[in-house]
Amino acid sequence: MLRASRTHHFGFLRDFVSRWDALALLVVLALIVFLAEASRGLLEPLSKLDASPLSLDPRQLPVYAARTTLRMFTALVLSLAFTLSYATWAAKSERAARVLIPLLDILQSVPILGFISITVVFFMSLVPGRVLGAEFAAIFAIFTSQAWNMAFSFYQSLRTVPTELEEAAASFHLTPWMRFWQLEVPFGLPALTWNMMMSMSGGWFFVVAAESISVGHTVVALPGIGSYIAMAIAERNLHAIGWAIFAMAIVILVYDQLVFRPLICWVDRFRVEDEPGAEPPVSWALTMMRRSRLIGGLTVVFYAVVRWTSWTLPARPPSVPPLPANRSQRSRLAELLWLGGALLLGALALRHLALTLVLETHLAELREVFLLGLLTLARVIVLIALASLVWVPVGIWVGLRPRAAQVVQPIAQFLAAFPANLLFPLAVYLIVAGRLDPDLWLSPLMVLGTQWYILFNVIAGASAMPAELRRAAQNFGIGGWLWWRRVALPGVFPYFVTGAITASGGSWNAAIVAEVASWGDTTLRAHGLGAYIAEATTAGDYHRIVLGIAVMSLFVVTLNRWFWRPLYYYAERRYRLT
Amino acid sequence: MNARPLLQVSGIGKSFPKPDGQELRVLEGVDLQLAEGQIVGLLGRSGSGKSTLLRLIAGLTEPSHGELRYLGAPVQGPAAGIAMVFQSFALFPWLTVYENVALGLEAQRLPRAEIRSRTLAAIDLIGLDGFESAYPRELSGGMRQRVGFARALVVHPNILLMDEPFSALDVLTAETLRTDFLDLWSEGRMPIKGVILVTHNIEEAVLMCDRVLVFGSNPGRVLTQIEVTLPQPRNRLDPSFRELVEKIYVEMTARAAGPQAGPRTEFFPGQGIGTVLPRVSTNELSGLMESVAAAPYNGSADLPKIAADLQMEIDELFPIAETLQMLRFAELAGGDLKLTEAGLAFCNATLDERKRIFARQLLTYVPLAAHIRRVLDERTSHVARKSRFIDELEDYMAEDAAEQTIRAIISLGRYAEVFAYEDESARFTLENPA
Repeated sequence: MLRASRTHHFGFLRDFVSRWDALALLVVLALIVFLAEASRGLLEPLSKLDASPLSLDPRQLPVYAARTTLRMFTALVLSLAFTLSYATWAAKSERAARVLIPLLDILQSVPILGFISITVVFFMSLVPGRVLGAEFAAIFAIFTSQAWNMAFSFYQSLRTVPTELEEAAASFHLTPWMRFWQLEVPFGLPALTWNMMMSMSGGWFFVVAAESISVGHTVVALPGIGSYIAMAIAERNLHAIGWAIFAMAIVILVYDQLVFRPLICWVDRFRVEDEPGAEPPVSWALTMMRRSRLIGGLTVVFYAVVRWTSWTLPARPPSVPPLPANRSQRSRLAELLWLGGALLLGALALRHLALTLVLETHLAELREVFLLGLLTLARVIVLIALASLVWVPVGIWVGLRPRAAQVVQPIAQFLAAFPANLLFPLAVYLIVAGRLDPDLWLSPLMVLGTQWYILFNVIAGASAMPAELRRAAQNFGIGGWLWWRRVALPGVFPYFVTGAITASGGSWNAAIVAEVASWGDTTLRAHGLGAYIAEATTAGDYHRIVLGIAVMSLFVVTLNRWFWRPLYYYAERRYRLT
Repeated sequence: MNARPLLQVSGIGKSFPKPDGQELRVLEGVDLQLAEGQIVGLLGRSGSGKSTLLRLIAGLTEPSHGELRYLGAPVQGPAAGIAMVFQSFALFPWLTVYENVALGLEAQRLPRAEIRSRTLAAIDLIGLDGFESAYPRELSGGMRQRVGFARALVVHPNILLMDEPFSALDVLTAETLRTDFLDLWSEGRMPIKGVILVTHNIEEAVLMCDRVLVFGSNPGRVLTQIEVTLPQPRNRLDPSFRELVEKIYVEMTARAAGPQAGPRTEFFPGQGIGTVLPRVSTNELSGLMESVAAAPYNGSADLPKIAADLQMEIDELFPIAETLQMLRFAELAGGDLKLTEAGLAFCNATLDERKRIFARQLLTYVPLAAHIRRVLDERTSHVARKSRFIDELEDYMAEDAAEQTIRAIISLGRYAEVFAYEDESARFTLENPA
């Protein structure tokens, strides 16, 4: 009889050190060295940054890349911690959700890139004179690009845990703590991981933008790829820019192979439904971890800790299941208090905003900012439309050919994850060299990085189209324009909308760095809200920064509420093939 | 028999508040006693409150009225000696068979060695040897439900609750599991003292239970109790077995028919437009009518026979039969389904005539259809929003029941061409009726 067991019997040394172990050991050692390297200098005074300026020597790039990656990783861990607590709170308390969820929705729409200047000052004041403050600011910028999405995703998962699994957990007396780790977190993991991966592109984009910040007279350049490229731009060094792009590509590839591929592969077991035909993902890194006894031993320790916490932490589950049926007097009072508190907070925020924004801003300025917003809106709409016109047909063509899709899909995903702002200097160089109109030619930069979302979503949609539908179309001789109108376009529509929403959201953020670009001492300006915010940042003019951000958030929220969201629901209801 | 019953349920009821401040009753006045060594069956169609009763006993939800006592003490929250087997297995997909079974013991914080020995013993008992390290997705439905059983048995419950445990399985697998379960039960190899089984399968109830509680709907309540004294193992072909099955069919159809009344009221409990309609396709309606009209039934069919013939369970058969009754295409009484004149006329008609007959029956006997048609006729635009009728229905029923009823009436109305419905704009119109 077979016995299930998690314990490992360490036999011969030869058994113990398998070839997977050797590989695992190497990777672990490399990680430790990397951590030590990258965290060195965090506590150094700021002046050290000035004393040892960045160098454009490509040999320094690995160290810079390591620093950038460490920031990314720290932000990821923080986002995860935020997600687990914030989303759980919102899901467990109806009262809290009424405030937390709309807040999350708004936060998601705020182009936080414009806020970097403010957060830098804030974090530097927390740790005065140390590099750590600037590091915090950069990490915070990445955090804001991931945390809101992730929290939303996890909240949705928590709300959709299958009733029978919840009942099983209750009837077998799982404590709330066990339930969280054994049921709720595992159930939410697949969606959360996918979301994390999707937020990555924003993350790289922000970390690159946040490393080299000048606010008024303060200039901070943290060692990293972003600062490296900023310096290359200042020195008009095309070679250095090429090296930076190369280094970034390697970093993204490694991150994908060592972090996300294994994660995606691992969370596959947490899917509740089996999707027929979906092939389980494969990852060499995960295979290594699974076959390695060393890492196997580590996971045993990890599970032991999980078990220990679930034994020692909270005691019994509540004896009576919480039911909203009989609301007592006390809970109604608490309800009122909560509502009152929320209202008070809202009123205070409104007053503060009114004092800082409205009173100190002239109506003319407000109108100007609004018009600039319209201009940027026009850019976003036109560019998304153009990108769709190009990538939808291409995506359908590729998606219907499995072999082509196998090649193109990873490339599209890679391009989406690549921080497009690294490529800006090349474009700016061309615009300067060709004496082109910046108002027109800077615009495409806004969708340079985000258009790939449209492409890979459409590819996914076309690949997922049932073969029977395609054969039916063939059988009835549907071809030409009719085929596009009645078969292909409706078939991929929900996927396209998902891609376009992501692309549109990213484009607003990109506007802040795309509408103003420089090459050496030549600076190109396009008219738009992004340029307005960027210039206010350089000038250190906080009122204008806040005003610009507020108006941009307003535009984004309006666009989402009145256009994207209805379109999304329409697409889901009308065109989703299930 | 013991003096103190394992479980004592008295006058239990469950209701939910409705938007208009009144209460929606899903279960009313149920009494039930479970003694040691008994299997009690809760038999009824979906919506009859039998699953609600099971969840009340499991402590997963609280009763609005009445009292639940387990070993003499009131039930508050999931009781330690009551374990449950779920219809859709409810296994944790990320845990192996072993881990799934061990979970309930880990929650009790037992020593590891004890968890291990008890888990392996339960896996052994239920015939899952060799599958310890498998994940649920690797297993067939039958094997998954075995894990469900092992997980429930491993905590050594006094009472085992089973919520339609075999209904998600194919006929062959279900029969194997039933037999295995009954073998273990009669040999006393399972650490349980009493079983409550929810089912909508009449034969299953007679096969397994010592006592069957037959449930009726709106509100859910016990119609009757039937003792099954046949010795185990029971034989489905045994005449006394068939007799009991027939008896339950008669009970279920007798109580389904309410007082006879004139046009525009119905057999269904509930008054006027406030009747919850089941979602039944018009193909199923004409299909059943045609089967009953044809030989060997020639217009009147014995329900157990035709159920076996068409391989349908009561959960599938009864909604169709009752919809036919509502439309006065058939009468349902004494365990028989008998076509009316309208029903026979329908069967002999051409497609166009069928639609005319159907429209006549629908507008005469289904108040909601007549109501929608009247509203559309009265309006000059001949257009009415769906939400208008949903609001009206929600005075009588829960939100999802109202949605289901509207969907059902849309399907019937479309077939009869008495009104049209546009899903995009969620509006009823008179666009294309004849």
